[in-house]
Amino acid sequence: MDAHVAQLQMQYRNYILSLYQQGFLDDQFTELKSLQDDGSPDFVAEVLSLFFDDCVKLVGNMARALDQTGTVDFCQVGANVHQLKGSSSSVGAKRVKGLCINFKELCEAKNYEGCVRCLQQVDVEYKTLKAKLQDMFNLEKQIVQAGGIVPQVDIN
Amino acid sequence: MGMAAAEWKFHVLAVDDSLVDRKLIERLLQKSSCQVTTVDSGYKALEFLGLRQGIESNDPTALSTSPQEVEVNLIITDYCMPGMTGYDLLKKLKESSVFKNIPVVIMSSENVPARISRCLEEGAEEFFLKPVRLADLNKLKPHMMRTKLKNQKLEEIENGTEAVEPEIKGSEDMGIKILPLQSELEPKQVHLQVVKQEEETLSNNKRKSMEEGLSTDRPLPRLEGGIATAV
Repeated sequence: MDAHVAQLQMQYRNYILSLYQQGFLDDQFTELKSLQDDGSPDFVAEVLSLFFDDCVKLVGNMARALDQTGTVDFCQVGANVHQLKGSSSSVGAKRVKGLCINFKELCEAKNYEGCVRCLQQVDVEYKTLKAKLQDMFNLEKQIVQAGGIVPQVDIN
Repeated sequence: MGMAAAEWKFHVLAVDDSLVDRKLIERLLQKSSCQVTTVDSGYKALEFLGLRQGIESNDPTALSTSPQEVEVNLIITDYCMPGMTGYDLLKKLKESSVFKNIPVVIMSSENVPARISRCLEEGAEEFFLKPVRLADLNKLKPHMMRTKLKNQKLEEIENGTEAVEPEIKGSEDMGIKILPLQSELEPKQVHLQVVKQEEETLSNNKRKSMEEGLSTDRPLPRLEGGIATAV
């Protein structure tokens, strides 16, 4: 059983490292993990859940705002981008945040096609991140079920 | 002073329209051993404090604690919020004779120097860039300690457990700076202390001055007071 746990732990470590290396996560995610403890064992999962709910809501708002036949309210789109940028920054969702920065500029430039394209990218990106983090949580569960503890991964 | 350990728990009111950020600030504050109340708007913050239009008491004998009898040691608020911004909230609090001494901290995702200095000039103790980290919150303890000790002092005065001090007249002779009587203080015996003129440092980098004020040779917590007068 120990060998199995060790293997899972190694798999987990490598997975987390790859998420950082590929730019999905940044050090704010590390901060989130450090705030989790025995008193709040599901903190990271809870915050991420709120974040992904936010993504659904805000992407929906932006899609509606960009779907106006006639004049598009770029301020409205921009306001939603601002919120998404904020929450992605707060959870360490690096790629989503990066897209939001571009998106903001496109809104300010009132670049319709650019905005539509960027929104699609945001949609893909947050869903990809969600799937990746789900895999991460599944690995954690497997480790615990195998009788091991989830290792702290040192990003440096 | 004989305060029980539980009384040292600071109570922070956190204001942010983002659910994700509210969750985060709540956890950060809990991790810093604070009691937290979160609200999603400046209006709700004022409501929680009991500060609604026309309801604020101008009674000079009114207590500085909120009507809910929950002591708030610090208010931390997001800047960008729909309706009432963090700045608007800050102004309202500083205009209130009852709540102006509660330290206020502003958070923002945007690093706009003009915004930062405007907030500090309006009386914010600190300005944090988001995402806020645990290390940032460590800077808040001294600010909260000040109001906590001040409220403790007020309680002692009210309970008559405070040591009797002689009335002091002719303060100029003593070379001590007397600040105007604050309306929220019970006009009974009051400690006079040498007070650092923090107002002078407002135009400087407030953050830095706050840090400098934290040195061990800082005088006892500031307690605005005046000459004792008959009730």
